Amino acid sequence: MDTILQLLLNGLAVGCIYGLVALGFVLIYKATELVNFAQGDLLMLGAFTCYMFVVWYGLGYWAAFALAIAIVALFGAALDATVLRRVIGQPQFAVVMLTIGLGAIFRSFASITWGSEIYTLPTPFSARATRLGGVTVSHEYVSIIVGTVVLCAALYAFFTYTRVGVAMQAASQNQLAAYYMGIPVKRMFSLIWAISAGVAAIAGVLLAPVSLIDINLGFIGLKAFAAAVLGGFGSIPGALVGGLTIGLIELFAGAYLPHGVKDVAAYVVLLVVLAVRPQGIFGAVGRKKV
Amino acid sequence: MSGALLQVSNLETYYGPIMAIRGVSFEVKRGAIVTILGANGAGKTTVLKTVSGVMDPQKGTVTFDGREIQGMDPDRVTRLGLSHVPEGREIFPLLTVAENLKMGAYTRTDTVGVARDLAMVYEYFPVLQARTHQRAGQLSGGEQQMLAISRALMTRPAMMLLDEPSLGLAPKLVKEIFDIIVRINRERGVTVLLVEQNANMALHVADYGYVLEVGRIVMEDTCARLLEKDDIKEFYLGMKETSIRGTRRWKRKKTWR
Ligand SMILES: Nc1ncnc2c1ncn2[C@@H]1O[C@H](COP(=O)(O)OP(=O)(O)OP(=O)(O)O)[C@@H](O)[C@H]1O
Ligand SMILES: [Mg+2]
Repeated sequence: MDTILQLLLNGLAVGCIYGLVALGFVLIYKATELVNFAQGDLLMLGAFTCYMFVVWYGLGYWAAFALAIAIVALFGAALDATVLRRVIGQPQFAVVMLTIGLGAIFRSFASITWGSEIYTLPTPFSARATRLGGVTVSHEYVSIIVGTVVLCAALYAFFTYTRVGVAMQAASQNQLAAYYMGIPVKRMFSLIWAISAGVAAIAGVLLAPVSLIDINLGFIGLKAFAAAVLGGFGSIPGALVGGLTIGLIELFAGAYLPHGVKDVAAYVVLLVVLAVRPQGIFGAVGRKKV
Repeated sequence: MSGALLQVSNLETYYGPIMAIRGVSFEVKRGAIVTILGANGAGKTTVLKTVSGVMDPQKGTVTFDGREIQGMDPDRVTRLGLSHVPEGREIFPLLTVAENLKMGAYTRTDTVGVARDLAMVYEYFPVLQARTHQRAGQLSGGEQQMLAISRALMTRPAMMLLDEPSLGLAPKLVKEIFDIIVRINRERGVTVLLVEQNANMALHVADYGYVLEVGRIVMEDTCARLLEKDDIKEFYLGMKETSIRGTRRWKRKKTWR
C-alpha cells in the first residue's frame, strides 16, 4: 500500500512535467498550427540557465529561477519573431524539420556553453523529505506538483480574465477576425511563444532536482508530445491529463512490469487509446470521416 | 466635414498570377452609404479585403481620411477607424457573446465610452443581450451576423465595410439588419460601404452605387437612377418580366460591354 502511494506521488510529479511541456506544444499549435519539436530543448535550456545563475554566479535559487523563466521566455518570443513567423502556412513537414533542427542547435549550444557532463542543481527541496505515515514524501516531487498547480491556476486566470489573455484566445480561434478587431496578432503569437517557452523553463527547473541536468534532458519532449496527442492535440486540459496519465503509467510499469517496459509503456498506451479514440481523450469528435 | 472619406484609385490586386481586381476606382463620401454590386466572383470581397489591409494591392492607392493606407496591416487600419465586417461573419466561436464584443473594443481605453457603446449595441440587437454568456459559435447564423456587426461597432469606427450582411438570412431578418445599418448611419454618423448580392435591398438603403464585373467598375450612379436602368433591373434585380425577349434573355448583350 505504501509503495503504491509512493509511486502515485512520484508518477503524478513526473506526469506534471510531461503535462507542462505538452501544454507548451498545445498553446503554440492552437495559435499558429505549428508543432514545435524543440519544446523539450527549451526545457533543457531553462534548467541549464537556472543552474548557471545558481552555481556559476552564486545567485539565490528563486532569483535564478525567475531569471531563467524570463530569459527563456524572451528567447521563445525572439525565436517566433525572427524564424518561426516566416514558416506559418508552409507545409507541416518543413516546420517539423525546422524545429527538430532548432532543437539540435540548442543542444549543441548547451554543450558548448555549459559542457556535456551531468550537473546537479542545488535547490531548497533537494534531498529533503517528510515521512507521512509509511510514505516518504520527498520535497522535490511535492514541489513539482505544487508548482504545476499554481502555474496552471495562474495561466487559467490569465487567459480567462485579462484583456490580453482573451485576445490571445481570440487570435488563436480566428486570426483574421482578430486582425479586424485591431488586435496585434503577430505580437499575440510572440507572446504565446514566450509563455510556452517560459512554461518549459519552469518545467525544466522543477525537474532538475529529480533528474539531474544534461544536454539530453530535452528528449523528455518526445514523451510530452505523446501526452499531448493522448489528450487530443489542441486541448489544454487534455495535455495535462495526458501528461499525468503517461507519468503514472510509466512509474507503475517500471515497478511492476519486466525491465524495459517502462520506456515503451507510454507509447503502448498511446497506441491503444488512439485505436479506440482516434481524436484523443479530449479531442473534438468527428472532424473527418475518412 | 464633406468630401471623400475613402478614395480608391486604380487598384489592382492579384491572387498569385490571377488578377482579381483590374484597376478599380471609387470613392465614398463622409456620412454616405455606398454599395458595390456584382455577381459571384466579380471581386467584391477582394476589393474590401484590399481596402482593409488583409490583401496588398499590386498597384493603386487607398486613401482613408486623407491618409494612404494601402499595404498597411489590418490591425492598424482598424485603429484608424475603418472597420471590416467580413463575409461569413468570422466571429470568435469559443468566446462568449460578451467576450466577442469586448474584443471589438480591444484598442480602446475609454471605459465609459465602451460601456455606452455596449448599451447601444444591445439596444440595436436585444437578442444579443439575452445571450451575453453564450458561446458565439452556438448562435444562429442571423445572430452571428448581428454579433459581427455589433463587434465592429464596438471599435467605434468612422466607417464600416460590410460584406454581404444579408447572406443566408430570412427575408424578415434581412429587412431588420438593413434597418439597423441605416440607423447606425443616421444616428452614429458611420459611413458605410456595403457589398451585396441582394441588389434590391442595397439599392434602397444606399445613396450611391457601383457595379463591379470581373474586376472592373462598369457602371456607377445614384441608387435612385441605378434602380431605373434596364440592365440593373434585369441582371441584378431579376425582373424577368421587363425583358422583351423573354426566354432568350441570356442572349441579350449588356450595354456596358
Ligand atoms: N484565395 C483565392 N485564390 C485564388 N483566387 C481567388 C481567391 N479568392 C478569390 N479568388 C478569385 O478572385 C475573384 C474575385 O473573388 P471575390 O471573392 O472577390 O468575389 P466576390 O465578388 O466577393 O464573390 P461572391 O459574391 O461570391 O462573394 C474570383 O474570380 C475568385 O475565383
Ligand atoms: Mg464575396
